[in-house]
Amino acid sequence: MAGNHAYEESPEEDTQRDKYLIFSLGSQFYGIEIEYVTEIIGLQPIAGIPDLPEYIKGIINLRGKIIPVMDVRLRFRMEPQPYNDRTCVIVIDILDEVLGLIVESVSEVLPIPPEEIVPAPDSPGSGRFVTRIGKTAHGVKLLLDCAKLLRDAEPELPGNAIQPNE
Amino acid sequence: MSGSFPEESLLELFIFETLQSLQQLEDSILASEQQDSLKPEDINLIFRIMHTIKGSAGVMGYTNISALAHAMEDLFFYLRAKPKAPYDCSELSDLILQGIDFTKLETIKIRNGDPADGDASALAEELAAYLQFLKNRSESETAERNTDVAKLQQPDAMSQTTDAGAAGTLCYRAFLRFEETCQLENIRAFTVIHQLDETLDCNFTYHPEDIIENPDSADVIRRDGFVIVLETAVCREVVADFLRNAPYVSVMELEQLQERPSAIQHHTPQMRKSELPLHTKELAARMPDSTLQTAGGKKPKESGHIPPAHQTMISVNVAKMDKLMDLIGELVIAEAMVTQNPDLAAVNGTLDNFSKAARQLRKISAEMQDVVMSLRMVPIAATFHKMGRIVRDMTRKLNKEATLVIVGEETEVDKNIIEHLSDPLMHLVRNALDHGIESPEERLTAGKPRSGTVTLEAKHSGGDVMVMIRDDGKGLHRDKIVRRALENGLLTRDERELSDKEIFKLIFHPGFSTKDSVSEFSGRGVGMDVVVKDLEQVGGTATVDSVPGAGSTVTLRIPLTLAIVDAMNVGVGHSRFSLPTASIVRSFRPNAKDLLLDPHGNEWIMVRGGCYPVLRLHHLSGTVRSTASIEEGILIMVEDEGRSLCLFADELLGQQQVVVKALPDYILNSAGSKHFVGCTLLGDGSISLILDVIRLTSAMNAVAIS
Repeated sequence: MAGNHAYEESPEEDTQRDKYLIFSLGSQFYGIEIEYVTEIIGLQPIAGIPDLPEYIKGIINLRGKIIPVMDVRLRFRMEPQPYNDRTCVIVIDILDEVLGLIVESVSEVLPIPPEEIVPAPDSPGSGRFVTRIGKTAHGVKLLLDCAKLLRDAEPELPGNAIQPNE
Repeated sequence: MSGSFPEESLLELFIFETLQSLQQLEDSILASEQQDSLKPEDINLIFRIMHTIKGSAGVMGYTNISALAHAMEDLFFYLRAKPKAPYDCSELSDLILQGIDFTKLETIKIRNGDPADGDASALAEELAAYLQFLKNRSESETAERNTDVAKLQQPDAMSQTTDAGAAGTLCYRAFLRFEETCQLENIRAFTVIHQLDETLDCNFTYHPEDIIENPDSADVIRRDGFVIVLETAVCREVVADFLRNAPYVSVMELEQLQERPSAIQHHTPQMRKSELPLHTKELAARMPDSTLQTAGGKKPKESGHIPPAHQTMISVNVAKMDKLMDLIGELVIAEAMVTQNPDLAAVNGTLDNFSKAARQLRKISAEMQDVVMSLRMVPIAATFHKMGRIVRDMTRKLNKEATLVIVGEETEVDKNIIEHLSDPLMHLVRNALDHGIESPEERLTAGKPRSGTVTLEAKHSGGDVMVMIRDDGKGLHRDKIVRRALENGLLTRDERELSDKEIFKLIFHPGFSTKDSVSEFSGRGVGMDVVVKDLEQVGGTATVDSVPGAGSTVTLRIPLTLAIVDAMNVGVGHSRFSLPTASIVRSFRPNAKDLLLDPHGNEWIMVRGGCYPVLRLHHLSGTVRSTASIEEGILIMVEDEGRSLCLFADELLGQQQVVVKALPDYILNSAGSKHFVGCTLLGDGSISLILDVIRLTSAMNAVAIS
C-alpha cells in the first residue's frame, strides 16, 4: 500500500516542485513553496479575538471552516497598511494547521530551479523568515520558510492591556 | 481501494463487537452474582458470547483470546447441561470476571495497535481445573440423588433407561385447522412446525408429511386438518397457547396421549443435533438425569430472547457522524445565505414562489438537523452499568456491602459528552464507596440496613442532563472538611461565613482529601478535582449535598449536547458574540448614574440594590472599539452558580440555535481563546464568538472580591 501511495503522489509532486507563489509586500517580492498553498481568496470579514499577538488578526470563515489569519506585514514588524481590494489571503496548510496569510497582492507562480537559489545571509532580522533568495529574470524573490511564520514565536508582548481582570 | 482496507474494518468490527459482548457479559455476571445463582438464560448468554469470541478471535488469529474463551465455553457448556451443578457463584464470577478482564485488556491492546501478547494459559488451566472439580463433585452428588429419583420414579423406570430426553415428557396430539381464506395451507402448516421447532423443546411428527414438497397437501390440510403429534416436557397449557396463537390457526384441539406412538420420529432441531456427540461424550459415564431436559425445555430457546430491535440497529463510525454534523451545520448556513441573499432585494416583482420554496427548504433542513442531532444521542445506560463492576470489586476489597441502584438509564446524552462522563462517574462512585458507605458493623450500629446503596440517577432538566450519585453512607463532615481546608490553607474567609454547599465544594479542590489513610482506590487527594476538570471540558458542573449520617449526593449538570447551543446573538461594533441563552438572567438599558468605577478602572453597576461587575464586550473583540456610550447600549446580565456579570453590548441581534465550531488549534494555544468556548457561523456567513460564561463570571467575580 505504501508503494502505491508513493506512486500516486510522485507526479503531483513533480508538477509542484521548485515552484513558488510570489506575493508582494511594500516594494519587495516574496515567494512561498507552492505545495503548502491551498488556495487564494479575497479578504473576508475577520472576527477579532483578544489577547493574540497583533499579527494574528483573528479568524475567518472559509466555507464553513474556521481558520486564523495572519497579517504578514505585521509578522515582519512592518508598518501596518490599510487593506484594499488588491489585498489577498493566501491559505496555506502546514504542520497540520490551516492558516490564512494576508498579503498586499499576489503576482504569479514562478518556477525557480534549485541552482538559481542562494542562501540568505544570516543577518539579524531578515534571516528568520527569509531563508533563501531566488534569482529570476524579473529580479530577486525572498523565499520564506512557512513553518517559521507559524511556529517561530517572537518574544510575545503581554496582551493584558485589554482585559482588566487578568 | 487498497488491499488492507477490508481487514482493517473487520478488525474494527471484531474489537467493537468483542468489547460490546464483554460489557453485556459483565453485566449479566454481576446481576446473577447478586441473586447468587446463574439463571439458565445467563448461562446460555455466557456460553453464546464465549462461543462467538472464541470463533472470531480464532479467525482474526488471536490464539490467546480464543484459547481462554474456549476454556470458559467448556465450563459453561457443562453448566448449561447441568445447571444444578454445585458451583459457588462468587467463585465462578471471579473466574469469569478475570477472563473478561483479560480479554478486554487484549482487545484494547489490539485497538491501540499493540501486539496482543498476554498469556492466559494459567487462567485457562484454572478454569479447566474448576470444571473438573465441578464434574467430580456433581458426579458423586448425582449418583446419590439418582438412587432416590429411581425409587420415586419406579413406574416410569422404562423411560429412564430408553431415552435421556423422555423422563417427565408427555405426548400430545394436536389437530389444527387454518382460516378458510388463508390459502397455501401447507406453507402455514410449515410455519407452525418451524416455529414449534424454534421455540419449544420437543420432538414431533406431523401429518400430512409432505407439506413442503407437495403443493396438493394444501387441499388435504384444508379438507382433513393438520395433525401434529409431539412429545415434550413443556406443560400442556404452553403448548396449547403456542398453537392457538400461531398465525392463521382457526381451530386447535389438543389431546394428551397416554402412550408414545411408536411412529414418532426424533425430529431434533439442527442446533441440538450438532451438539449431540459432545453431549453423549460428556454424559456417557453418568446416568441420564432429568435436570438436563428441564434446563433446556422450560423456556423458549435463545432465539426468542434477543429483542427484535437488535436487527434494526447498525453501528456507524463516529467520525462519519461528526462529518455529517459538520455538513448539516454548513447546510444550515448555506441555506440562510440563499434565502437571505442581498441580491433578492434587487429583484423586481414579488418573490412568492421563491419564499414558498425557501420555507419548504427551511423546514426540511431544520428537521434534518434534529434527526442528525438525535443520531448522536446515546442512552447513558452503558456508562452506568460499567459502574456495577466497580461497586462489586470495591465492596469486596473494602469488606463493605453495597448495591448499585440505577435510575433513568434510558436518558440520552450526546456521544461526545458520554465519553467525558465515564471517568468522573468512576471517581465519584469510588469515593462514595470508600468514603461514604460504612462497614456493615458500623451501619448496623447506626441503625441502617447492613448493605449500603449507591444510586446513580440521570434525568433531563431543560437543556442539561443531571446525573446524581447518591449514597446512604455517613455523609460529609463539615468540621472535618473545614479543619482539613485550614491545614492546607484552602480557606481564605472565615468558615462561619460559608454555607454548607460552599464548604462541601472544597472537596473538589486539588489536593484535598479527608481520608486518613490512603487506600488502593481513593484517598490520595487526586480524584475529586479530576472530576471537576473532566466536567469542565464538556461545560458541566458539580455540586455536593450532604446530610451527616444519612449520606451525600453529588449532582453533575452537563449540557445535553456540545454541538448545538441555544444562544442570544449580540452585536458590538462589527463583531458578533453569542451567549448561551440558559445563562442569561435579563437584559436592560443602563443608567449612567448607576455606573461605578473603582480605582483600578473596573466598572461596576448597581442593579436593584445589587452590585455587579461590568465587562464591555468590545474589550474582547480585539480591534473594534464601540463608540456607544453606556446609555446607548444594552447590558446583559449573565449568571453562573450565583455569580453574576453584566456584559455591555451595542445591540441584541436575536436568539437562535447555533452550531458550535471549535476555534482553530493555533488560536486555542494562545491566551485569547480562554474567553470563548468556540465560535459559530451566523446566517450571513459572519463569525460569532461564543462566550464562556462560566469562566468570565468566575474571573470577573474573583476580581470583584479581591
